[in-house]
Amino acid sequence: MNTNGRIEVKNLNFYYGNYQALKNVSMTVEPHQIVAMIGPSGCGKSTLIRIFNRMCDLIPSTRVEGKVLIDGKDIYTKDTDVVSLRRKVGMVFQKSTPFPKSIYDNVAYGLKIIGIKDHRVLNETVEKCLRRSALWDEVKDHLGKSALSLSGGQQQRLCIARAIAVDPEIILMDEPCSALDPIATARIEELMAALKDEYTIVIVTHNMQQAARVSDKTAFLMHGQLIEYNKTTDFFTNPSNKITEDYITGRFG
Amino acid sequence: MSRHDTSDLIFRRVLAAFPITVLIIVAGIFFELVYSSLPSLHKFGIGFLYHSIWNPVEENFGALPFIYGTCVTSLVALLLAIPIGVGAAIYLVEYAPVKVSRVISTLVDLLAAIPSVIYGLWGIFVLVPFMRNVVQPFLGKYFGFLPLFQGPNYGIGMLAASVMLAIIIVPFIISVSREVIAAVPFVYKESAYALGATRWEALSNIVLSYGKAGILGAVILALGRAIGEVMAVTMIIGNDPKIALSLFSPGYTLASVIANEFAEADFPMYLSALIEIALVLFLVAIIVNILARLLIWSVTGAQSAEAVK
Repeated sequence: MNTNGRIEVKNLNFYYGNYQALKNVSMTVEPHQIVAMIGPSGCGKSTLIRIFNRMCDLIPSTRVEGKVLIDGKDIYTKDTDVVSLRRKVGMVFQKSTPFPKSIYDNVAYGLKIIGIKDHRVLNETVEKCLRRSALWDEVKDHLGKSALSLSGGQQQRLCIARAIAVDPEIILMDEPCSALDPIATARIEELMAALKDEYTIVIVTHNMQQAARVSDKTAFLMHGQLIEYNKTTDFFTNPSNKITEDYITGRFG
Repeated sequence: MSRHDTSDLIFRRVLAAFPITVLIIVAGIFFELVYSSLPSLHKFGIGFLYHSIWNPVEENFGALPFIYGTCVTSLVALLLAIPIGVGAAIYLVEYAPVKVSRVISTLVDLLAAIPSVIYGLWGIFVLVPFMRNVVQPFLGKYFGFLPLFQGPNYGIGMLAASVMLAIIIVPFIISVSREVIAAVPFVYKESAYALGATRWEALSNIVLSYGKAGILGAVILALGRAIGEVMAVTMIIGNDPKIALSLFSPGYTLASVIANEFAEADFPMYLSALIEIALVLFLVAIIVNILARLLIWSVTGAQSAEAVK
């Protein structure tokens, strides 16, 4: 089992212009764990995971202070190769985002852009990733069909297949089930449990039950601050912080 | 019947009248064109489309040189304008600082509003000498082995007209492509970046593939404009009804022969032949539009139909 995929956050502050979205956040995500991030809208949880793959760079006038280490390496140094960082830290979004290409080409996309043309390698990877994302049996007979013809749940699993095709160590998921029905959601959750052996998974979710079901550890953020970060079982049964307790018992949020 | 029903009904009827008016106008134009060109249609038949003699003195009329001139200048103009237009749009949306983008976009829209006679005048005094002294000698020297760039160099001619048309249609392509590219949801770009795509890769194979229907639409709009452009082309194409392979040679287009010779058409057959040219132009414009629409459907049909679902 590969032991890479560790994220360490040290005294992280993040600003959109003058607005401080994250305040002095420190936490560690251990390899091969599923960590859920919960908290009310605008608390900074999506921002936080976008810092792990430097996706926040795409927004102008943002600023990062503090340290983020992935496998012990600072990802905010001048000579960080953002492109290879993003291959190492994959991401699945709230809205499924299949490219307007065939199912096959969607999964192969990340390989093709780094110049892999060998059909045998591509075929093997596509099959492996679709199997792993539990989509293979549904699509194996029409890999050439447009990815847009799949259902919402299938599209989201395709996005997961596409993300794991580039062989990442960490997968970030930004509310991957919020647009899906309960059955499709359950399939994604099963998939996450199966993927845990290979990858570290950080999932942002609005759904506290989902966090409780899938994760090993849960982080609760509010107003840009990390209020509590604990083992999921303890987090939901015996929260150490009063605000956490109020939040998970539905007193606000 | 309640008051609401009545007013609703009147409103609906009045609104329905507007699109019907458009239909009537189009049908009316088509009917008038066919009716007035009947003498010419009778005399020359289908041969009008492929005969290359245009001799008013002997009352012998064929439209091929004009069809050729229109197609060649429009196509060359598109070849020049598409890369520049789409490239500029990509730069404005993706790379340029917001202020620069805003200023340039406004200027581009202004460019689209300049009357074409001004382009024509500029063409005569600036573009034509530039083509004669710089561009055409260069092309003749280095690409003269191609039949496209051979023959006497007057400055005026099909190449100058094509460049002029390209300049006229570039703002359309930029304007529409800019909107289309800006409308591609950010999350798709993010998805490409998340797989380790570089900016160029995200643009070239994700953004453009989302935007291709819209960009094709922009190109068609531009093509329509190029086919129908009269003034600027007439002023610099040379107005010579001949079919020459070389882009340096003068030519003539459907639109410019109508504008140029309408006043001289002093006997019925001449007039009728000119009106048949107008009919051909009308049909060419319609056919181009239909073909373009089919092209868009074939590229995006399945896709957008499924996206709606």
